[in-house]
Amino acid sequence: MATRANRAPTEYSGRARPPHAVVGSQVERDEEMFGKAFNGHVVRRFSGFVKPYRALLIVAILAVLGFTATQLAIPLVIRYAVDNALEINNTDRSLLETTVIVLALVVLFNYLTNFIQEIVVGRTAERVLFDLRRAMYTHLQRVALSFMDRTEVGRLMSRLQGDVGALQEFLETSVFAIGDFVLIVGIAMVLIAVDWRLGLLTMSVVPALLLIRIVWLPRAKIAFMGARESSSRLNGALAEGINGVRTVQGMSREEVNAALFEEKVDANLKAQLKGTRYGQIMIPTVDTLTGIAMAIIIVVGGSFVLDRTLEVGVLLLFILYVQRFFDPIRALTMQYSIMQRAMASGQRIFEVLDVPIEVQDKPDAIKLENIDGSVEFKNVTFGYNRDQPVLQDVSFRVNPGETVALVGPTGSGKSTTMSLVHRFYEVWDGEVLIGGHNVKDVTQESLGHQIAMVLQEPYLFSGTILENIRYRREDATREEVVEAARAVGAHEFIMKLPDGYETSLEQRGGNLSLGQRQLISFARAIVADAKILVLDEATANIDSYTEMLIQQALSRLLQDRTGMVIAHRLATIRGADRIVVLQDGRIIEEGNHDQLMQNDGLYARLYSMNYASFDDIPDELIKAALSDAENRTT
Amino acid sequence: MAFAYRWRMALAIVSTIIAAVFILLIPQLLGNAIDDALNFLSGETASKSEAQRQLLIAALLLFGANVLRGIFTMVHNYMGESIGQHIGYELRMAFYRKLQRMSYSYHNHVHTGDLMTRGMLDIEGVRLFVNTALLRVLLLAILIGGGTYLVVRTDLVLGLVSLSFVPIVAWRAISTRLKLHSGWRNLQEKLSILTRVMDENLSGIRVVRAFAGQDYELRKFNKISDEAQALANGLIGIRVRNTSFMSFTFMLAVVAVVWLGGLKVIDGELTVGDLTEFLAFMFILQMPVRQLGMMVNGFARSQTSGTRLFEILDLDPIIKDKPDAKPLKVEVGVLRFEHVGFSFMDEFGDEQILRDISFEARPGHTVGIVGPPGSGKSTLAHLVPRFYDVTAGRITIDGHDIRDVQLESLRRAVGVVQQDTFMFTSSIENNVAYGDPWAETETIHRATTEAQLHDWVRRLPREYETLVGERGVSLSGGQRQRLSIARSLMLNPKIIIFDDSTAAIDAATEQRIRAALKEITKERAVIIISHRLSSLMHANEILFLDGGQIVERGSHEELIAMGGGYHDLYELQIRPGDDVLSRLTGHGEAGPAADPDARPEKNSEGGNGDQS
Ligand SMILES: Nc1ncnc2c1ncn2[C@@H]1O[C@H](COP(=O)(O)OP(=O)(O)OP(=O)(O)O)[C@@H](O)[C@H]1O
Ligand SMILES: Nc1ncnc2c1ncn2[C@@H]1O[C@H](COP(=O)(O)OP(=O)(O)OP(=O)(O)O)[C@@H](O)[C@H]1O
Ligand SMILES: [Mg+2]
Ligand SMILES: [Mg+2]
Repeated sequence: MATRANRAPTEYSGRARPPHAVVGSQVERDEEMFGKAFNGHVVRRFSGFVKPYRALLIVAILAVLGFTATQLAIPLVIRYAVDNALEINNTDRSLLETTVIVLALVVLFNYLTNFIQEIVVGRTAERVLFDLRRAMYTHLQRVALSFMDRTEVGRLMSRLQGDVGALQEFLETSVFAIGDFVLIVGIAMVLIAVDWRLGLLTMSVVPALLLIRIVWLPRAKIAFMGARESSSRLNGALAEGINGVRTVQGMSREEVNAALFEEKVDANLKAQLKGTRYGQIMIPTVDTLTGIAMAIIIVVGGSFVLDRTLEVGVLLLFILYVQRFFDPIRALTMQYSIMQRAMASGQRIFEVLDVPIEVQDKPDAIKLENIDGSVEFKNVTFGYNRDQPVLQDVSFRVNPGETVALVGPTGSGKSTTMSLVHRFYEVWDGEVLIGGHNVKDVTQESLGHQIAMVLQEPYLFSGTILENIRYRREDATREEVVEAARAVGAHEFIMKLPDGYETSLEQRGGNLSLGQRQLISFARAIVADAKILVLDEATANIDSYTEMLIQQALSRLLQDRTGMVIAHRLATIRGADRIVVLQDGRIIEEGNHDQLMQNDGLYARLYSMNYASFDDIPDELIKAALSDAENRTT
Repeated sequence: MAFAYRWRMALAIVSTIIAAVFILLIPQLLGNAIDDALNFLSGETASKSEAQRQLLIAALLLFGANVLRGIFTMVHNYMGESIGQHIGYELRMAFYRKLQRMSYSYHNHVHTGDLMTRGMLDIEGVRLFVNTALLRVLLLAILIGGGTYLVVRTDLVLGLVSLSFVPIVAWRAISTRLKLHSGWRNLQEKLSILTRVMDENLSGIRVVRAFAGQDYELRKFNKISDEAQALANGLIGIRVRNTSFMSFTFMLAVVAVVWLGGLKVIDGELTVGDLTEFLAFMFILQMPVRQLGMMVNGFARSQTSGTRLFEILDLDPIIKDKPDAKPLKVEVGVLRFEHVGFSFMDEFGDEQILRDISFEARPGHTVGIVGPPGSGKSTLAHLVPRFYDVTAGRITIDGHDIRDVQLESLRRAVGVVQQDTFMFTSSIENNVAYGDPWAETETIHRATTEAQLHDWVRRLPREYETLVGERGVSLSGGQRQRLSIARSLMLNPKIIIFDDSTAAIDAATEQRIRAALKEITKERAVIIISHRLSSLMHANEILFLDGGQIVERGSHEELIAMGGGYHDLYELQIRPGDDVLSRLTGHGEAGPAADPDARPEKNSEGGNGDQS
């Protein structure tokens, strides 16, 4: 049998350094990503989710109490039978018969209450779980993109599915815990009522249990949290492996990845087993205490009996009860572990719910309606990481109905500028105005309705092509959809697909070519019918001929709309009203095509390079062009 | 699979048995203690000290039994959990390995969300099975078996009565399991869809935001979520009806024991102590019987999960090494397509994506490919590293059919810079070195320098240690593409295919990349797919692909002279639009992707936007 240790990756043993290889994210503790839960009182926050089901909860608790009462009553009735109906030398059966009938009734009641408690509790628990998941999901729809940028989807999924699932057990057992608790109190009372000396002796072990717990809890908590996190990390790595499978295969990384994944699986195994150890150690602890209690009862109770200060029936009752007393304590101990595990999951769920919503509507935010469609950047400075501005002091204006193109080398901040138009991120300094309103003063919803974007990376949802194109406007008619598809030259290929517009797309539109995906996402933006159209490399993966057809259609579409276009293929933007040239986050040139060509700056160089074979352009020339442009800015 | 854990399993079983024995022993000991006391009272035990001694012994035994029961229960639980976790371990690895090997055509059709549900929830389901189901059933069986022996020994009739619930409970367990099984199957499938919806939403969050699609997304989510919830509720109904009925049957047996046992005591056939023992035994069974209901549920769930999991583990990748495959040794690096045809042949259509493609690329002889979207360029590129297998003709490298060589060696020899870039959540360095984790720093830097990425990376505060977000969200489009170029260059493949991999890179940077690659292309077979003609006009042969066929081929000059589709593209890209446009739309001979319906009536203004 191969043991874990000798299957661990040994491939890099003997090498000077570890490989440049990891799977999954390297953020060890999720806390670094999510921040600590704002409110550590998981239980209290939890109760907020239970509140809507108060009525059901009351029913459940009543049923639990009824059930517990019958659980308590059954041994009492039996004891009555043993004590009275079965007294030595008693030959009368009628008393036995009546007790048996009473017992049968109690059992029936036990059945009914059991049924009610389980079904109500189970279903309520399920509802709470679905509510929790929905709350997280809803929250994630609003958290800042900067958070989503750095958080792996796999890890979020682990919380949305894994942690929610982990809570289920807890919720289902928690109401029974109430029953167990009531049972313990009830039995304790009965025991003390029957014989207070023995009763107190029996309970003398309970404080010991509490003491043990004080030592146990903090360690166990850490272990349980570790188990949840390691499984989250594992799921993140699994998700990455699935998403990136094409690259993995292309690079033949299967073996290395499996070895790295195995390390994670192994870490997870260890963390889980550690958690289990902490959970299980309480079992012998409670059992030892039970043993002590039983021994005390037998010895002390027995000597009372021998001294004839106690009836045998009472001793019998004690013995029956003592087991029943410790059963719920055992159960509660287990539930306590489950609860502590659940706390770990609960905390992770509330961490998601507590991710601050950085981009938020002001309380008095206005709804953008019937705007003129102008876009203005006023001295905007912005960056993704502190001290690393990506855009610096960017100012330009797009008048209503105008089409402005953004041009510049890669990484110069073009896509970033477009993100700011839509307020995906908050600017550091300066302001972005849409139709004269600062984007911070309007509702995000209404802003979204004024702007339609074709993002640099076309993302399609699984579902039919029709659904994808009318993503924004579900009420769009089929004609509108077809018209948009025609405008971008997608109609023809869509009609060639087996089900035309009803063809369902695989994940991310995988069964289309990239250019086709781009066309669909273009059509989606057209159907959105917004005042401002933002095209970020919308035709980068499309041939010039199709692009030309799109431009013809666009010229009609853009007549009363504002357009912002990014393209590297300068032929694409030749016709724009104005061209803004960005470099390293600053605007270095502005003007229309002819003016910029005359300027003989970066644009002119880029433009001429566009159709030259590399054999023709010496590297020095390119360098010159770039440094030229740099000089201009400074 | 549990075979690998024989000693753990053995330990688990032994401790289960011992724990069960102690559980059974405890009521016996209690009964004995009562009898001791009674014996004294009825005068059978003469001296009080003797009676007290007996009680003390009973108490010590009882204490010991409890402690041991606890310890063995712990071992039993822990071992069960441990086996479960180890099986989980095996399953996770098997699952991961399998998915890493499955071909593109498989991954095209399954959704990440679906696979994730299986990898997350279903593995959990199977794992829980060992501990909660297998070992508990064993415990229950021992308890009932041992108990049967004990009670039947004491009193046959009463013993049988006390066990009368067993057949009913067993029958219920079996019949409900079937119902639960299909219920779980439906639920897991629904949860898969739910995962899919959430996964797509979170991955496509930018689109959702860009189109203010939150409401729509929430509605979509709520619909599936509600359906899943309804299914879950149904399952709970089945389960609870079952468990509560089982408990009820059991309780009825208790009533019967009290009744019949009581009669026997009255008739003097049974002592009170014996009856107590009976009852104590029955109460020990109360918990397991309640748990049995849960176990049935767990059984059904893990069976479903197991099925769903093995559906994947049993898959066989379509593309794999032939048994006698040899490693590919590239001597020269001549890549030949010989009458290659290809079709995906799935429900999406059995349309021919590529037809009769023949060409040759070799060191110093670069091939360029152009064509409208969907003409099959990427598909062609995917055939070379055997992401898919050709359906007609063959592809050879240095004369070896690529289907006859080992896959890994083939993929090492061929580098495809994919059109759809993928980045891993890791540092820039790790991303570049993805194909060769042991690459020297110089190699990495050479590749990034060639891809014109090095200077930019050096300007970052953490340089090569900078973290790249999932799918590279924190990079600009061009940076992503350059990184992906560097990643392929680093491996020094003999054959390299650029699939539209400079679309998001500006012309100046691209020119510098090409200049840096100039040397490389002399020693390598290079295929360049691009929509930007300046990227490939220097190629020795250019193929114009349309509808999966080569419609024009030749060098740049030849194609221009030919005056066909390539010529039109060229005109469009270099000339101010108007004249070309009017000429093209004026003529009937439209370009390849021409959509007759989209052809505008008014052609005076053309692609120039509105220059008002
Ligand atoms: N989410 C992000 N987090 C951190 N940095 C980012 C993020 N997105 C972009 N950047 C960085 O900001 C800079 C500008 O990126 P942007 O995407 O705006 O460039 P771009 O002009 O669109 O380039 P390209 O033409 O290559 O698409 C780049 O250096 C990039 O690495
Ligand atoms: N996984 C798939 N299953 C079924 N059909 C597919 C799949 N992938 C692509 N196709 C179809 O195959 C055809 C060729 O696609 P391919 O990706 O090769 O085009 P392409 O020439 O690379 O286009 P682009 O210029 O847009 O990248 C398209 O019609 C596309 O719809
Ligand atoms: Mg960009
Ligand atoms: Mg392609």
